[in-house]
Amino acid sequence: MLQYALRRILLVIPTLIAVAILVFLVLRVVPGDIVEIKMTAEGGIVSQEEIERERERLGLNEPLYKQFISYMVGLPQGDLGISLWTERPVAQEIGSRIALSFELAILSTILAVLIAFPLGTISALYRGTGLDYVIRLLTIGGIAVPSFWLGMLLIMGSISVFGKLPPLGTVSLFEDPLTNLYQLIWPALSVGYRYSSVVARMLRSSILEVLSEDYIRTARAKGVLERLVIVKHGMRNALLPTVTVIGLEFAFLLGGLVVTESVFNLNGIGKLFVDSVVRNDLNLLQGLVLTVATCFVFVNLIVDLLYAALDPRIRYQK
Amino acid sequence: MAVNKQNSKKTEPLFSDDILLDVKNLRVEFRMKNGIVRAVDDISYQVRRGEFLAVVGESGCGKSVSALSLMRLLSERVATITADHVLFDGIDISRIPMSEMRRLRGRRISMIFQEPMTSLNPVLTIGDQIKEPLITHLSMTEEQAEERAIELMAMVGIPEPKNRLPQYPHQFSGGMRQRVMIAIGLACEPDLIIADEPTTALDVTIQAQILELLKDISQRLGIAVIMITHNLGVVAAYADNVNVMYAAQIIEKGTASDIFAKPAHPYSIGLLRSVPRMDKPRGGRLATIDGLPPNLMNPPTGCRFYARCPMAQDSCSQAEQVLEKTKGSARHETACALSEKALKNGALIYERNVSVQGSSTVDKSGEPLLSVTSLKQEFAVSFRTGWFSSYNGSVKAVDDVSFDIYPGETVGLVGESGCGKTSVGRAILHLNDPTGGEIMFDNISLNKNSIALVRQDMQVIFQDPFSSLNPRMTIGEILEEPLKVHNIESDAEKRSQRISELLVKVGLYPYMSNRYPHELSGGQRQRVGIARALSMEPKLIICDEPVSALDVSVQAQIINLLEDLQRDLGIAYLFIAHDLAVVKHISHKVVVMYLGQIMEVGEGEELYGDPKHPYTQALLDAAPIPDPEIERKRERSILKGELPSPINPPSGCVFSTRCPKAVASCSNTRPELLRVGTDHLASCILLDAG
Repeated sequence: MLQYALRRILLVIPTLIAVAILVFLVLRVVPGDIVEIKMTAEGGIVSQEEIERERERLGLNEPLYKQFISYMVGLPQGDLGISLWTERPVAQEIGSRIALSFELAILSTILAVLIAFPLGTISALYRGTGLDYVIRLLTIGGIAVPSFWLGMLLIMGSISVFGKLPPLGTVSLFEDPLTNLYQLIWPALSVGYRYSSVVARMLRSSILEVLSEDYIRTARAKGVLERLVIVKHGMRNALLPTVTVIGLEFAFLLGGLVVTESVFNLNGIGKLFVDSVVRNDLNLLQGLVLTVATCFVFVNLIVDLLYAALDPRIRYQK
Repeated sequence: MAVNKQNSKKTEPLFSDDILLDVKNLRVEFRMKNGIVRAVDDISYQVRRGEFLAVVGESGCGKSVSALSLMRLLSERVATITADHVLFDGIDISRIPMSEMRRLRGRRISMIFQEPMTSLNPVLTIGDQIKEPLITHLSMTEEQAEERAIELMAMVGIPEPKNRLPQYPHQFSGGMRQRVMIAIGLACEPDLIIADEPTTALDVTIQAQILELLKDISQRLGIAVIMITHNLGVVAAYADNVNVMYAAQIIEKGTASDIFAKPAHPYSIGLLRSVPRMDKPRGGRLATIDGLPPNLMNPPTGCRFYARCPMAQDSCSQAEQVLEKTKGSARHETACALSEKALKNGALIYERNVSVQGSSTVDKSGEPLLSVTSLKQEFAVSFRTGWFSSYNGSVKAVDDVSFDIYPGETVGLVGESGCGKTSVGRAILHLNDPTGGEIMFDNISLNKNSIALVRQDMQVIFQDPFSSLNPRMTIGEILEEPLKVHNIESDAEKRSQRISELLVKVGLYPYMSNRYPHELSGGQRQRVGIARALSMEPKLIICDEPVSALDVSVQAQIINLLEDLQRDLGIAYLFIAHDLAVVKHISHKVVVMYLGQIMEVGEGEELYGDPKHPYTQALLDAAPIPDPEIERKRERSILKGELPSPINPPSGCVFSTRCPKAVASCSNTRPELLRVGTDHLASCILLDAG
């Protein structure tokens, strides 16, 4: 197990390097020039020389390989370059916002798992009954309804029922945890509903599949209590595909909360993404893509380690 | 080593008259979308304490379902079980609440399933799975259970039980997993073990080990066993009593000698006569039962075997047949109004298709059609052995194999799984490019390029009739494809005429060319596979386990068909199979393989009658013969251990690690194939010395 884990962790390093190279190359292909956009933003007329001077100052005229080297050298030190727009370090720009997105993603995951596990399990065990149909209707709804729209409904519902807006904006978790949770629970709910639907449906089908396996019949033939048959023999096997879905959805949340963040007026990473694209801020965009990609890699690592913990066949693989 | 079977020669039955299980009118119905299937239809039988009862029948006859319904393991969502009573030691287990049934399961009635590979939970340790019933039923502590689990594992012959306890199922071989299943079944010393095809997925030597173990332990502990199987040899070797099932009903029951010596139901007679016999001389066709079992959703009135019965009378289709005592022995019952006639005539009722001319002879005066010389097939393997180290090597799947096939000859290739027999076939066809040796076919030396010249002359039939036909093509399209590809018939009209001829030739009907594979039965699909091979008018057909997925009565039909085609068309076969009796029946010459090497080659009669190599002897000993009289007298030595890893084969003679006759020098030198008779070769150094 330890050997598997260590090997798997070491494998992260080449993956990240490959990601970094890929991100750099892909973004050089993006058309448009930040300098022009930035300098003409206020509507002034700027001469070609001034643009050139600015490009020089920002290091955009350097040959590509030099840019690449300074980028790759900076990475291990946490230096993602400076934002071409705000001229503050990219790491700082992202750092100030990622905590919020991360917290939201984790909160949504917790909510989703709390909702999905009972729903998925009940749905599988009572397959074909009314209860199952209700749960399946709920979960297909969760997948069909966009989460930002659910967010808007939540806000509107709050206004018409309680006569006031849910608390928008954010206080840091460390300053005032309760208020922070109270503020984030609404966006987390609107995202978590969809999330839980995906997980619950996955869990339902994998439990159903596992329960028809031969070893479940063996367990029953041994006279094991039905509850233990499900929990001890069934669940652990059914968790494998479910864990994958949870991991993928989580990683997706980090970069994919753009609209929900706007609805709830949260200053997270999604909004930063949109800004960097609109402003053609290559350095910031590069940093953001890299951050999200890194999260993906690490979430996958965690999923793989969980897999190994759950399934001895993977653990003992030589 | 040798297990003496003298003890079972006693005339007294080993079991008492104390009835343990009394099943009366058990009925199981499945609710399907388009109707109700009565999978078990009013069966009644009894099992005495310590009795070994076999339930035989072909697939779909309801034997497994009836066993699962005893344990009430069928999903109540789809299955309805009714019975007058199912008394287990006086308790009606068809009526007690599920919670009480659960307390009996694993405690007093255990079950062993067919598929050892999937019947154990992959994420729990072997120890946990053996301990589970002990902790559940006997309230043992973890330590007590562990101690008992080690005891049980030793009892079922798992070496180093203590070290293997914390291992997982994937670290066990199929045979070892089945031992684990038996250990689980025995854990609480039950009164009854139900074994559902416990050895069907295992090799014949492992099968013998497992069945001996089961028989031995059940006798010692006085446990009754219900064994469900389709293998009549296994029944003859181990069962005290037999129930024969057909189309959801028990159609005959009695002691093993009743059923095998004096079968009174035409179906039982047909079943017994359709099995090729290892102990009988070759020649003659196998008896076949025509047609297919009835659809259980809408079973016919009267006798269910009526449509297929060779001695049926009109009255048979009117009256329901019920089990009645025969004129034979006291325990013998059968559900046939004409049983007296059946008893008297026996196999003669199948006369019309038994008595056709014997097998063909081979003319060996000319050149061989196929000549394989020193064939080698290595596969690269690599796996991690440590942090940064890995093993890169090769497996010798086929190692220095040579044999000839003459025109019109059938050469049988036998051996246990992993012996390389399929690799030989694939190498000859160049589905895998051989890594050494020479293959001459029709005077052409085969290689990557020249194989295209002989593709038409060399065809193949695969094992699985279900997956080797494209489900989205009709039978006609499947048969038309090779005709088009090889440009044999350019005219569409003539092609379809040709397809009709082919279908008739393999015993199907021309109208079937519009059907899809799923609309045909397994035997019919295998016939399509044969028709596809025949369409090229080949000189050689490589048959890779062509009948092992089929029921015995269908197997007999296919074997007869292959023999007829050989006689009419002079085709040669390379017949790859693991069933020794089938190979004996169909082959002129037999090649025995072990771990990629040839152990022995000989004419069928001579090889089976006087095997020279210890491995051949062990294989023959392990294969049960469907005759309890012979089985009772037979002294058999059962091979110990399992096939060694082909990655790291034993030095010297590859069989030396399991050979009962091995001497020290066996592990030093690799024996050569020695001539031990006309056309009889064996590779064993002991033969050299003697």
